[in-house]
Amino acid sequence: MTEDRRALLQAVLALLAAGFAAWWLPQVLELFAIINATVYVAMALLALSLALVWGFGGILCFGQAAFFGLGGYAYAVAALNLPDTTYAIPIALGVPMLAAAALGYVMFYGKVSDVYMGVITLTVTLILFNFINSTAGDEWRIGAAPLGGFNGIPATPPLNVPGDPGTALAPEQIFVIAVACLGGCYAVCKLVLRSHFGRVVVAIRENELRAALLGYDVRFHKLAIFAIGGLMAGLAGMLFANCVFVSPTMFSLAYSGQVIIWVMVGGVGTLLGPIIGAMLLQALTAWAGTLPEVNPSLILGLVLVVAVLAIPRGLQPTLAALFRRRTP
Amino acid sequence: MTALLATEGLTMRFGGVVAVDDVNLSVAERELRCLIGPNGAGKSTFFRCLTGQYRPTAGRILWRGRDITGLEPHAIARLGIGIKTQVPSLFDGLTALEGVTLAVRRKHGEREAKRRAMAALERLGIGELAEAQVGLLAHGQRQLVELATVVAPEPDLIILDEPTAGMSAEETAGTATLIREMNRDHAVIVVEHDMQFIRAIASGITVFHQGRILVEDCAERVLADPRVHDVYLGRPPEARMAVPA
Ligand SMILES: Nc1ncnc2c1ncn2[C@@H]1O[C@H](COP(=O)(O)OP(=O)(O)OP(=O)(O)O)[C@@H](O)[C@H]1O
Ligand SMILES: [Mg+2]
Repeated sequence: MTEDRRALLQAVLALLAAGFAAWWLPQVLELFAIINATVYVAMALLALSLALVWGFGGILCFGQAAFFGLGGYAYAVAALNLPDTTYAIPIALGVPMLAAAALGYVMFYGKVSDVYMGVITLTVTLILFNFINSTAGDEWRIGAAPLGGFNGIPATPPLNVPGDPGTALAPEQIFVIAVACLGGCYAVCKLVLRSHFGRVVVAIRENELRAALLGYDVRFHKLAIFAIGGLMAGLAGMLFANCVFVSPTMFSLAYSGQVIIWVMVGGVGTLLGPIIGAMLLQALTAWAGTLPEVNPSLILGLVLVVAVLAIPRGLQPTLAALFRRRTP
Repeated sequence: MTALLATEGLTMRFGGVVAVDDVNLSVAERELRCLIGPNGAGKSTFFRCLTGQYRPTAGRILWRGRDITGLEPHAIARLGIGIKTQVPSLFDGLTALEGVTLAVRRKHGEREAKRRAMAALERLGIGELAEAQVGLLAHGQRQLVELATVVAPEPDLIILDEPTAGMSAEETAGTATLIREMNRDHAVIVVEHDMQFIRAIASGITVFHQGRILVEDCAERVLADPRVHDVYLGRPPEARMAVPA
């Protein structure tokens, strides 16, 4: 009972924090910074999707960026073909979710072992990356949308005011939507994990055999949590497409690898940690990028090594433990 | 009357090893059956076939006359078959109460599931461990938590693979009492090496040897059977299996 109340409280707090950020930041930030902040929020959402799938579902997915990219491309293609970009939203969520469900079906119903699951998710991401990269020719178009190969789709139209295709949303409004999505997804994750379904997912992470011997369908629960993760990653991709534009790098191993690092540093098995980890590490890589003759990837790798050694359980569990020691 | 559970020619091969060899075993509703046999006789493998963890190489498994061979483990569990595995299989990261609650939650609402889970833990005398993390418990306590997990949902058939291994004499006696109690409403198959325990629960005995059923009879006659002595390395089963008093 108290646990449930705590989860509810955390969900409400997250929504309040998101509301405050959405209200305050657009007032104090420049336009460029707002767009940048939106990218950070989108990446944090991508991290949250993996935090759910890996930290609670126990499924280490090396290809979370695949669903991120699919969400972005599905949005761009749909937005270019539809008169009202609002209708591109369900497509941007549906495509990556169905892709995750299909991939999950193959992996979980095919009883693929953990190692091969890593290999399969990695391979699928690589295939998508190479495929999208090779769509430069004019014959590669879906309706009005040219796929554009390695150039991506620079003309990705942003969301418009629902019902008013003529009026595109301003970057500030996109930022508010992004923050609302992140806060909303966090709250939904919290509630899902407190539900019976969520507890079974965690129990399966703890011991698949025991869960099955108690009558729970392991394959179905894994597929479901994987599909939810795919949907959230797709939403992140759609937000990204709305502040930058879609290009094959969205499918790149660099992104897939970064998300794993963000979640590890933030704390596998937590939700808030990976969100904070994503924001901090992006800021760090961005800063490292401005330094002359420093490779940002090297810095990121270094941070990972230090984090694994210094705070093996990740940011959130370590901070929580400190906090508990202070307030007995 | 159709048996609760019956196997017909059940066989499980691993390459050249025949772990379970043409076993025909039948258990009636509310029956209590002891399974004994030396190490490697195929008892655990037989159970893995029954619970869907292995797909048998040949033969059929019938549940109340219905062929359930090849069903997924969760589908078999849903029929009303619960198993305590030989190596405890538990949710190490959860508390005892959380784990047992999950066992009952499939059939009951949250509040009722928790109440039943707590009742199961108390019945096994480990009510005070409810909030303990299962992964941190001692082996004997883990056995008890797993027993609670298995009996709490009240399956029609309870399979117990060496439930008292690692338990104190007191815990073992408690488990024997629990099994007799459970047996009032449920069929139980239990694997044991401890003859005092087998005597205490006084049941029919099936002896496994090299994947086959060697003897099947009441406790008295089985324990007097020279063939049973032979498979237990030529010594009387009492000498080999009994725990020192
Ligand atoms: N997965 C497997 N692969 C190959 N051989 C196996 C496998 N599982 C069991 N066996 C073999 O099957 C035989 C039966 O083993 P099983 O564990 O069923 O015996 P048991 O009667 O439960 O013995 P114990 O009293 O030691 O628990 C053994 O020879 C074992 O080596
Ligand atoms: Mg065994």
